[in-house]
Amino acid sequence: MAQKNEDSLVIGGHEFTSRFILGSGKYSLELIKAAVEDAGAQMVTVAVRRANTKEHENILDYIPSGVTLLPNTSGARTADEAVRIARLARELGCGDFVKIEIMRDTKYLLPDNAETIKATEQLAKEGFIVMPYMYPDLNVARDLASAGAAAVMPLAAPIGSNKGLVTKEFIQILIDEIDLPIIVDAGIGSPAQACEAMQMGAAAVMANTALATAGNLPLMASAFRDAIAAGRKAYRAGLGRVLRRGAEASDPLTGFLHD
Amino acid sequence: MVRINGEPREAAGQSVAEILVAAGYDRRAVAVERNGAILAKADYDTTRLVDGDVVEVVCFMGGGC
Repeated sequence: MAQKNEDSLVIGGHEFTSRFILGSGKYSLELIKAAVEDAGAQMVTVAVRRANTKEHENILDYIPSGVTLLPNTSGARTADEAVRIARLARELGCGDFVKIEIMRDTKYLLPDNAETIKATEQLAKEGFIVMPYMYPDLNVARDLASAGAAAVMPLAAPIGSNKGLVTKEFIQILIDEIDLPIIVDAGIGSPAQACEAMQMGAAAVMANTALATAGNLPLMASAFRDAIAAGRKAYRAGLGRVLRRGAEASDPLTGFLHD
Repeated sequence: MVRINGEPREAAGQSVAEILVAAGYDRRAVAVERNGAILAKADYDTTRLVDGDVVEVVCFMGGGC
């Protein structure tokens, strides 16, 4: 039996050593391999779209083998549409994982929590490993857990905004109260923000736009990888306390000078 | 008349496998939905389209957050 990694992430019975979930949108297929490798990512999201007869490039040819695909349901406005997309994704033959994304709002692209609960329940019943993207709300997260979610993916800030941990306090509540991996998704714009999310106890971080809009994508992928690993280590180590006021010396006060 | 990915086509009577080849889709890389239900790959050769069918042919593409 293979030795278990001492700090692995387990989602739906699958074990991952990387805690960086990489998106594959907004950049060229040629960059995907380098991005995945430099990110050290073991899970990559993809979207499902109408096939185009004019382009014959298959994204799956660009994703290194051994990487778990996480198809999303982007484009869905209702639970029924998300379920339909998820079934098509499974038929494409890359496993049972699905990230539910349901958005009615086209300006802020905020997830519809109520429809997301419905889709989670249905897809979990159908044997999918369901990872719902959601607006961080404790009651909704509890409902998602009851509905059979394998992880919960609260947004840090609106998709593609690179604004960072705008919803920090509410994500912390989910981390503290929900007994499922909490994966911070959407809005993470820099390695520092990813590191902070990990220090808070997030199980993983997902990023896409932060890399796609960076000057050097593979280098930024590598920076995120290091930041996420550092944040995880800090969380496991337990952060030192913060003084309310004043100071506390870290070295012995040299008393002899004043004797 | 059959609608394939929103486009009307004179494809009634043809098999799903035939229309995929004719339209230039890579059979291995797509999933097919016929009138809202998934069509298993094993049924592409034997399923013949009838007038009024709505067919969606989808594949994976880049996507994230």
